[in-house]
Amino acid sequence: MKPKDVGILVVDDELIVRDSLTKWFREDGYRVDAAESAAAALRKLQPGCYQIMLVDIKMPGMDGIELLERIKEIDSGIIVLIITAFASVESAVKALKLGAHDYITKPIDPDYLDHVIEKALREQELARENIRLRETVTELSDAVEIIGESSEMQKVMEMVTTVAPTDTTVLIRGESGTGKELIARSIHAASPRRFCPMVTVNCGAMTETLLESELFGHERGAFTGAQYRRKGKIELADGGTLFLDEVGNIDGKTQMDLLRVIETKQFMRVGGSETLHSDFRVICATNADLEEAVRAGSFREDLYYRLNVFTIDLPPLRGRRGDVAKLSHYFLERFSRQMNKRVRGFTPEAMHALKAYDWPGNVRELENAIERAMVVTKGEAIEREHLPLQALAGPRNGGQRLEDVERRHIEEVLKETSWNISRSAAILDIDRVTLYHKIEKFGLKRET
Amino acid sequence: MKSILLLPLGDVDRGLIEDLSPLLEETFDTRVEIQPYALDLGQFHDAERLQYNSTKILYHIATNHVAAGPREQNPKGRKILAVMALDLYIPVLTYVFGEAELGGRVSVVSYHRLAPERYGLPRNRSLLLDRIWKEAVHELGHAFGLVHCPVQLCVMHSSSYVEDIDLKGGHFCTSCRRGLVSPGL
Repeated sequence: MKPKDVGILVVDDELIVRDSLTKWFREDGYRVDAAESAAAALRKLQPGCYQIMLVDIKMPGMDGIELLERIKEIDSGIIVLIITAFASVESAVKALKLGAHDYITKPIDPDYLDHVIEKALREQELARENIRLRETVTELSDAVEIIGESSEMQKVMEMVTTVAPTDTTVLIRGESGTGKELIARSIHAASPRRFCPMVTVNCGAMTETLLESELFGHERGAFTGAQYRRKGKIELADGGTLFLDEVGNIDGKTQMDLLRVIETKQFMRVGGSETLHSDFRVICATNADLEEAVRAGSFREDLYYRLNVFTIDLPPLRGRRGDVAKLSHYFLERFSRQMNKRVRGFTPEAMHALKAYDWPGNVRELENAIERAMVVTKGEAIEREHLPLQALAGPRNGGQRLEDVERRHIEEVLKETSWNISRSAAILDIDRVTLYHKIEKFGLKRET
Repeated sequence: MKSILLLPLGDVDRGLIEDLSPLLEETFDTRVEIQPYALDLGQFHDAERLQYNSTKILYHIATNHVAAGPREQNPKGRKILAVMALDLYIPVLTYVFGEAELGGRVSVVSYHRLAPERYGLPRNRSLLLDRIWKEAVHELGHAFGLVHCPVQLCVMHSSSYVEDIDLKGGHFCTSCRRGLVSPGL
């Protein structure tokens, strides 16, 4: 901040002090005003007008301490420096408790006066920068955008809002591409840990030893190629959130180590002997059936119960077809901005194709389809032929994925029986409870 | 007509003033005159602080020498610099090296705190002259309308200690040189 941008108000009943200080600060290039009393100072005081006020304690009428209180009520950001010829510990303590920046006795060493003003301005600038950065971080955190007006997504968002402020471990389940990481990010962004990082570990993309080193870090020489000490993701997530994606793919030994660190928040780097501590919240995601994995013995039951404290099930896109149009427009606008292309919407045929398609790759597939269409389109609307071939193929007729065949078959049986659960279960040769599970799993809804 | 008038006040080293004069002539590219000025400095003395009130001295010169004196004595554009050997203060500060009317006519500088021997060092006349020159240019710079400059080497950089004076140069930076204006110059 340049001196000419800084306003200083000198409040002192002694004319000679007012004149001296005014002159001194003007030579530094500051904008300086003076007031002979607290009342005169309050008349001049408008929020944002002055950055610094030098206030004498002993003044007729309202004294400097009372004025300090009034100043802080009007503009808490003003730096108030109390000046006095009669210093006392009590008045100094009182002034500092009330928010005075410093307490200076007259006569003032000129070097100290310059120093105290520069220091106060520097600290004020830092405080403002801190606020600006926090606001930016909050804005960035809030930028996690979940699109969906369907009742299924509203329910998910309610769960996010409920669980976010807590420190509870969250398990997000859903097919690939349904936005599990996005949900994890919105939980982190709405949590008290949002100013610390959310560290993501893709457990499915690593070998056993690599994952162990990735999670816990390693010491120099811990294994061939470990030339440097490296912090693990658990250590990096200190204060924030550890997001374990594809948690179902973790091997047995790492599962045990992970369970221990989740419970104790203590761990050792690979090849290390020092016990380290990290304060993190766990959010994990999977598209695998963890219960089945527990039954099969490939996933530790104790870890499963430790992770499965609060579960959020993300519906597949075909289970919330009502959101396809909104999502499509959202991606269209986003890519229009990114590619600087004036594409305003979709032709009715293109939108029909988008709505009719099953989207086995879920929102990610839709996003990619819109991006590709944006690249190839020349006009102001995306046409049916701009969409990728899979979308043009229309609804899948089964046979490609077992899950799709199963879902479609159950849907057809339910339609035939007008959603009579007992009759449908009998036709499908499964019990009613299993049918309810399947309906929930596939996000099937009775058409009204 | 632009010029600078040096007023030695009280018991000052006349030789220093005479050596300062050509340095200021070169710096400001103007004529510098020296004029003895008899003034009872006792009226500016503070018995408690044992210092002299520079603001009052400035005010006295501005009202008695400039405003009340004959016109030809202080032609338009002439800046006055009083030079003293006494310790100066302004009421709110413990001491000052000098003081000036910002954009005005009168300034004052004292070499009381500029002498190396004051700090237990051997006498060094050339260093003392260098410091007086820098402070004289600094105060005259204020009289010419300049404020303190953030450039470390510029003579208008604020100095609270003699070490600060030694660190900076005796000349104006480009920006201050451009801003060196006065209605009279």
